[in-house]
Amino acid sequence: MSGNSHGIVVEGLVRIFKGDIHAVDGIDLEVAAGEIYGFLGPNGAGKSTTVHMLTTLLPPTAGRASVAGFDVATQGADVRRNIGAALQEAALDNFLTGREHMELQGGLAGLSAAERAQRGTALLERVGLTEAADRKVGGYSGGMKRRLDLALALVHGPAILFLDEPTTGLDPQSRSALWDEVERLAREDGVTVFLTTQYLEEADVLADRVGIIDHGRIVAEGTPDELKREIGGDTVEAVPADPHHHERAAEILHRFGEPAAHTPKGVAVRLTQAAEHLPDIVRAFDDAGITLAHLELHSPSLDDVFLAKTGRSLEGAGDESEPAEAPVPA
Amino acid sequence: MTSTLEQVGLVARRSVRRTMRQPALIVPTLVFPLFLLAVNSSGLSSATKLPGFPADSYLDFAITVAFMQGALFAAITAGTELATDIQSGFLNRLQLTPLRRAAILVGQVAGATTLALIGALVYLAVGLIAGVDVKSGVGGAIVLLLYAVFIAIAFSGIGAAMGARTGSPEAVQGVFPLIFAVFFLSSMSMPRDLISIDWFRTVATWNPASYLVEGLRSLVITGWDGTALWRGLAVGVAVLVLSFWVASRALATRMART
Repeated sequence: MSGNSHGIVVEGLVRIFKGDIHAVDGIDLEVAAGEIYGFLGPNGAGKSTTVHMLTTLLPPTAGRASVAGFDVATQGADVRRNIGAALQEAALDNFLTGREHMELQGGLAGLSAAERAQRGTALLERVGLTEAADRKVGGYSGGMKRRLDLALALVHGPAILFLDEPTTGLDPQSRSALWDEVERLAREDGVTVFLTTQYLEEADVLADRVGIIDHGRIVAEGTPDELKREIGGDTVEAVPADPHHHERAAEILHRFGEPAAHTPKGVAVRLTQAAEHLPDIVRAFDDAGITLAHLELHSPSLDDVFLAKTGRSLEGAGDESEPAEAPVPA
Repeated sequence: MTSTLEQVGLVARRSVRRTMRQPALIVPTLVFPLFLLAVNSSGLSSATKLPGFPADSYLDFAITVAFMQGALFAAITAGTELATDIQSGFLNRLQLTPLRRAAILVGQVAGATTLALIGALVYLAVGLIAGVDVKSGVGGAIVLLLYAVFIAIAFSGIGAAMGARTGSPEAVQGVFPLIFAVFFLSSMSMPRDLISIDWFRTVATWNPASYLVEGLRSLVITGWDGTALWRGLAVGVAVLVLSFWVASRALATRMART
């Protein structure tokens, strides 16, 4: 195992739950110091189970993982000292204020009363909760709760930050505010970020590297650009104005490339140098007498990557539910 | 690294704040025992005419029931509060800090204990206003309060054990009637030697709750009764040690961090 003191190294990590459920089925990954790693997958893919193992809350069934240079199975206390985590539930106490949360978390992390107060105030300001600091968390919005959760995870100045679906259920505005903050942590403070998400856009915008997980296994890994390039080529999607022309439109378009993911009314193909072929495509439709309501050229998305690797589209791929709580070890 | 004592303080402060901000926990603790006391002391007042009944007024006899009921509410509070933390994931949050298990267990019952103390003060104050005569005097009244809080802490352990084991506030609340039934099968409403039904008297004699009640009650109706106090204390210590041991074991299973 490498001595990656601010990173994460995972080798063959496995977690089997009662009933022979392989929630995490042998994953390998490496996250460099200061990197934002996006762990992308549908509900039930094994993302949270992985985070629970890496944050020492759940012992692995097999395999090894080191976080900040410490083994998660045998050096739990050392791992915990070096990490901050905002877990999926954003578990906060509705009857306490934001400041009281900071005080408790800071105190338990070993800060003196003075440090606690100073650091609490600074972090609350950083996540934009200064005004709400003395209000009870029960009255916070979803976005405010996530921001407080983030501030709490940072109270002891961790080198590595785990964020388990930090923006699930947030409105677009709160989501991009949180992205900015995570970005700032990694770029300015050099914090390593391990982030799970089921949103393609989140992984695309935020992550330096993305690992795509499905059924407990990593099916693809790389920078968002690498992954998309691997797919090869752009996608051209055409929507005929008359729905009856759908079949003939497909016939025509499929001459130009490989069938690809498309909207219900459209047809799509993937092809290289799509822009150059576009006039030919338009001409072909014109010659066939098919009017198009919509013609679109787009570069591959991570959803195309997911589709190519798993045969399913990521949106709505979450079927089997993953245990939210760490269950009793099998 | 904070010491265990500092950690207990931090968790306890949170527990007290939380409890004191929930009227749904405070109101029943204050209202129900006094309500039951009012009903009993008027409805059962003729019991004092039984030959050998140890008190002149049934109110003097029955006021200890309020303290027992307060202890029961402390158990429920401690249990539901811990279970809520498990359910919400707050325990996971605490687990990611260098928090020790002992600190969470002891700190977590602080809210319930505070509530029990407030309850005991109110029961006693209302009792005194209603004419309760504490035979052991002012010193005895103070011992009575301490004793009541001590029983409440011991019972908090039962609640915490159930909370840690089930992780469900509803399950903890479901056990409430069961413990109440155990109370009723004690010498809570009638002195043991005046219980005429044989099986009831036998059950009440074996029921540990009887000795807790009798210890408390002796301070009000007898004065300083060493035997009653000593027996009650022994039972209380046994409940305390056993319940916190079980709670600690259950919590250890929950907190399976590496």
